[in-house]
Amino acid sequence: MDKAEGALFPKLPLDQWIESFEDFLTTYLSTLFDVISNVIEFITGNFVSILEMIPALVLVVVVALLAWWLISWKLGLFALIGLGLINNLGYWPETLETVSLVIVSVLISMIIGIPIGIWMSQKATVQSIITPILDFMQTMPAFVYLIPAVVFFSLGMVPGVVATIIFSMPPTVRMANLGIRQVNAELVEAAESFGATTGQRLGKVQIPLAMPTIMAGINQTIMLSLSMVVIASMVGAPGLGVVVYRAVTQVNIGSGFEGGLSLVILAMLLDRFTQGFNKK
Amino acid sequence: MAVVEAKNLSKIFGKNISQSIKMLDQGMTKEEILKKTGNTVGVNRASFSVEEGEIFVIMGLSGSGKSTLVRLINRLIEPSEGSIIIDGKELATLDKKALRQVRRQKLGMVFQQFALFPHRTILQNAAFGLEIQGMDKTEREKRAEESLNMVGLGSYLHQKPGQLSGGMQQRVGLARALANDPKVLLMDEAFSALDPLIRKDMQDELIDIQDSMQKTIIFITHDLDEALRIGDRIALMKDGSIVQIGTPEEILMNPANDYVEKFVEDVDRSKVLTAGHIMKPPETVGLDRGPKVALRQMKEFGVSTIYVVDKKKKLLGYVTAEQADEANKEGKTIEDVMVTDLPTVKADTLLTDLFEPMADQKAPLSVVDDNGRLIGIIVRGSVIGALAGDEQVLNGNGEVNGNG
Ligand SMILES: Nc1ncnc2c1ncn2[C@@H]1O[C@H](COP(=O)(O)OP(=O)(O)O)[C@@H](O)[C@H]1O
Ligand SMILES: [Mg+2]
Repeated sequence: MDKAEGALFPKLPLDQWIESFEDFLTTYLSTLFDVISNVIEFITGNFVSILEMIPALVLVVVVALLAWWLISWKLGLFALIGLGLINNLGYWPETLETVSLVIVSVLISMIIGIPIGIWMSQKATVQSIITPILDFMQTMPAFVYLIPAVVFFSLGMVPGVVATIIFSMPPTVRMANLGIRQVNAELVEAAESFGATTGQRLGKVQIPLAMPTIMAGINQTIMLSLSMVVIASMVGAPGLGVVVYRAVTQVNIGSGFEGGLSLVILAMLLDRFTQGFNKK
Repeated sequence: MAVVEAKNLSKIFGKNISQSIKMLDQGMTKEEILKKTGNTVGVNRASFSVEEGEIFVIMGLSGSGKSTLVRLINRLIEPSEGSIIIDGKELATLDKKALRQVRRQKLGMVFQQFALFPHRTILQNAAFGLEIQGMDKTEREKRAEESLNMVGLGSYLHQKPGQLSGGMQQRVGLARALANDPKVLLMDEAFSALDPLIRKDMQDELIDIQDSMQKTIIFITHDLDEALRIGDRIALMKDGSIVQIGTPEEILMNPANDYVEKFVEDVDRSKVLTAGHIMKPPETVGLDRGPKVALRQMKEFGVSTIYVVDKKKKLLGYVTAEQADEANKEGKTIEDVMVTDLPTVKADTLLTDLFEPMADQKAPLSVVDDNGRLIGIIVRGSVIGALAGDEQVLNGNGEVNGNG
């Protein structure tokens, strides 16, 4: 029995247990992981290709017009200048890859996270089981997710997306749960007193009223997934993260700043977009 | 037939309910059970039945279990014990689907804080109950609009609830419940959040609606005046138990115990009792009789005035002994001498509204029915006696004891 220096008892083989669990998963669930991997690969790949097909100028103008039309002329102007700057600096392809990674991660987070949040809001037991899992997901250093992501999905865009989802999904789940629970109890009673089914109560009363909170959760998820971009690049996810990561390893302050600035512009745009929707 | 019937209905909040139920059976109080087990007794073995078309008021102080009781009726709260029967169906045995059916078809609820859906327009709010039953849009909006018209909000269809005043919001709440055409309306302190004037309007309107639609209404309030005003019968609650059920008069005149007595002590009786409660049988003489007959009758009954009526008992006027005597001597008819200008009141006129006509008048007030027939008279002494709580001057339940 090994005993670490200064330890009271022989070391628990927690690391070995985790590894054998991982062995078990890779052996028996490899097909499942392949399927997941192919699906994510397919979606992100196509997403990037489509974005790349659109001429940069058209995309910049369309986004700026959308921002102006949907939110405000200020955001429109910001989009025009910001995206124009990114394009000018020469990070356009990387930006498209990063946008694809973020959007796909966020969409998957929403597809998985919102139903989980709704489920949590309906049952106290579900909430008490899921809350600690969410705490765990958020406090575990994001780097740690890279390991299983690489083991199950090898290198490239897919493990990047997977690690990003794990790290950034919790706010969406939490806020969906919170938003639904916050709906005035009398309104819920009113819906039920008229004989609403659970689905009708959720769909016609609770979810519409929880929408601002749910959107705030999605906004946080977007911000968290942008913060994962650099980390995801370590497992080979392409995009602006690679630019920053390379700059760090080469101590190249100039390109590090440029990559970072591009990320900040993206983050601000996405943030204002989602917040702006909320106000409408 | 009873539309809503509760038998031994109890609700205990907390864990290990069966133990607390036993304690209730042993006669322990809400407070003792809370101390011993930490459980709160919401409702303690309530039994009552509500008849079709009745306004049944459940009254009690805050925390006495009114809201819990009304939510047991539509099973928004699961009972710990006992049964509730709606229109012949035992609720406890119903599965979710059947329960929803009962809620959709038989029960409508109106809430204290209105509980309107802020993201929906007034029309969509009123149509909510029909929408979840799957009725198509045109039809449900037509019915919702009719319902809104009935409460006078037909011109606010496309506003959001937040744009309306409290009184108007509660009208929407009422319209929403009525749009389903439920058999029973459950109203949990529906008017408590409104200011007094609007509240009185709403009470009147509710009584009108009940008159025209014959709904059965279970109305919760903590306000005794409100209960006395609108209730056909009142159940008074204390610590989760019903301590007395009765008509407003019964509650006022025969309190079941000290608690009820205390509760009704400060009630303004003049706003509860009516002319019908205190009127006496009148002495009358037919118009076709002569003054001699009138005089003899006055002597016989020991009164100094007598009321003159026609063949159908319709009140025409009165004559005093002096006038009858004069007519007798001068060969006139009763019609020539009788006083025809006399104020009348109805049997349901409140005592508070008797003071004014009484002040202008030395003779007793006459009480007539809708056809102008004399059904009773009111002497000053009975009004004062009734206000002082003297039960001897009262007729039972405001009904008329014959007419002499
Ligand atoms: N969900 C609940 N959990 C625990 N106790 C409750 C709950 N709802 C009501 N109670 C308790 O039950 C009692 C009756 O409450 P309620 O029916 O709301 O009274 P009222 O409507 O007459 O003011 C109170 O003592 C209250 O604290
Ligand atoms: Mg209450």
